[in-house]
Amino acid sequence: MVGVKSVPSPAISADDRSHEVDHPSSEVAQFGADQPLRLDCGIDLTPFQIAYKTYGKLNADRSNAILICHALTLDQHVANVHPLTGKPGWWEIMVGPGRPLDTDKYFIICSNVIGGCMGSTGPASTNPATGKVWGLDFPVITIPDMVRAQAMLLDRLGIDTLLCVVGGSMGGMQVLQWTAAYPERVFSALPTACSTRHSAQNIAFHELGRQAVMADPDWHGGRYVDQGTQPHRGLAVARMAGHITYLSDAALHRKFGRRMQDRELPTFSFDADFQVESYLRYQGSSFVERFDANSYLYLTRAMDYFDLAADHGGVLAKAFAGVQTRFCVVSFTSDWLFPTSESRALVHALNASSARVSFAEIETDRGHDAFLLDVPEFFDISRAFLQSAGKARGLTGKND
Amino acid sequence: MSVQEVLPLNGFAAEQSGPFRADHLLVAEMVKPGSKVLDVGCGEGDLLQLLETRGIDGRGIELSREGVNRCVAKGLAVVQGDADTDLVNYPDDAFDYVILSQTLQATRQPKVVLENLLRIGRRAIVSFPNFGFWRMRLQLLVGGHMPRTENLPASWYDTANIHFCTIKDFVELCDAIHVKMERAEALDLYGRPLRLRLPWWVWNLFGEQGVFLLSRGQGK
Repeated sequence: MVGVKSVPSPAISADDRSHEVDHPSSEVAQFGADQPLRLDCGIDLTPFQIAYKTYGKLNADRSNAILICHALTLDQHVANVHPLTGKPGWWEIMVGPGRPLDTDKYFIICSNVIGGCMGSTGPASTNPATGKVWGLDFPVITIPDMVRAQAMLLDRLGIDTLLCVVGGSMGGMQVLQWTAAYPERVFSALPTACSTRHSAQNIAFHELGRQAVMADPDWHGGRYVDQGTQPHRGLAVARMAGHITYLSDAALHRKFGRRMQDRELPTFSFDADFQVESYLRYQGSSFVERFDANSYLYLTRAMDYFDLAADHGGVLAKAFAGVQTRFCVVSFTSDWLFPTSESRALVHALNASSARVSFAEIETDRGHDAFLLDVPEFFDISRAFLQSAGKARGLTGKND
Repeated sequence: MSVQEVLPLNGFAAEQSGPFRADHLLVAEMVKPGSKVLDVGCGEGDLLQLLETRGIDGRGIELSREGVNRCVAKGLAVVQGDADTDLVNYPDDAFDYVILSQTLQATRQPKVVLENLLRIGRRAIVSFPNFGFWRMRLQLLVGGHMPRTENLPASWYDTANIHFCTIKDFVELCDAIHVKMERAEALDLYGRPLRLRLPWWVWNLFGEQGVFLLSRGQGK
């Protein structure tokens, strides 16, 4: 593949990663044979485990819990140093003392999704029946499956109703699924940069990524761990393609333009002459160090299958019939993966259900990834929405 | 509709206004406590905040992104939308009141919007600047140019207001589409109601704006 030279050798060993899969460094809830996870594909997954992190303190009447649902390639390490990469938590800008998701006021929970590779059961986990890695023997999971598992975790934690469910992208899909499946358990919902269904274009990009993984000879039909290999090249290409969809033309132009990487003139080769090429190669190579290729296949598939209206007779408003949850829907102007029109369709359906809904479109050129970045307007809106929800629920301020 | 059918306002006093606009107080006074309200063209949410202090479940639609985001940042339930195109998405009888405050004249199809207000809400409260106000007439008659006032400072070429009407015009529209006027008020330049029972032509001359509480009716 192109650019092999520029891919640094992995700093995170495959051993570290596989250890984190079965023995996460975060909290973990085990569910035995008496508590199987009923999957949409008809299979009962058992035993299984959910790895999760919590921040802040649950108040006496258990009314200040907020669930964060993470996006495709993120995990439960929202606001702490990542155990593999050593980097800060992916949403520290949003979660912490005095932040919009204020850990002085709220009890924040984030769990790794089912099918993920950071400690919740997924294709990289060890299949107890065989003692080997699940690989493609792992059942195909859906967004509703992820949410069902989260609901079981909340039961385990003794939390009946969430003050809010928050999430962007695939996390936003889970937020919407929460409000449709467990409306009485969700006091408010903040779905961001998401949609009620994955578009044909988005499915197409996911298929491109999956085909890149599966075309890598080191993938070995999904049994690469047994073969002692990793489909790094295929997964890196998948990540590069995905990463482009998370940005925007304007953001790429502003960040890189046509600038050259450490050179004045083209080399008349297929080296990474342009900064944008070098950047993408770095994104690809750093991703494969921390993420499992099969997990990428499963999670992208779960997003593809998501269609909330189809699950409710083709009428989106029916998914939210009678819902009492307070909604705040946020989209970003330059997000072409989940454009504002998708959020607007969601808002129309919520209006048709007479739900209490706020909807803000935030102007930014930073594309889909804007929900993860420093966008003060998004912080202000999130903070005010949560405060308003907390007030309506009778929260006084500081927890305890 | 005769003047006698229009009741004067009881219990309203300008000195109660405090931080709120007088016309907003008048609108809020028309809304029964505990009801569910949609404010179409809610701007930065001042009226919704006033309604909230009175225990009213308020929602808003606002065209400008900046306005919406400021509302949402105040914790109000406001969505970005256009009165002309987005009201059709709301089901029948979704609200007790739908308010259109100083926005009717900026819509492309005021008649359709008005019909939608009374489909979505059992009642509608509509306020608008009265183009029959004497200062407007004078500017056109004497000055020979399109009127501008303190409340409507924009020039003809950059105003968002494309469908100005007079109180008389509005009353005629209500009759034509069989809308019942439960209450009507004319406000002076400072947003204070004209206290006296006066004939329509006087209101149409001295009212700077009209505020109407409407319901579905047989009309004339």
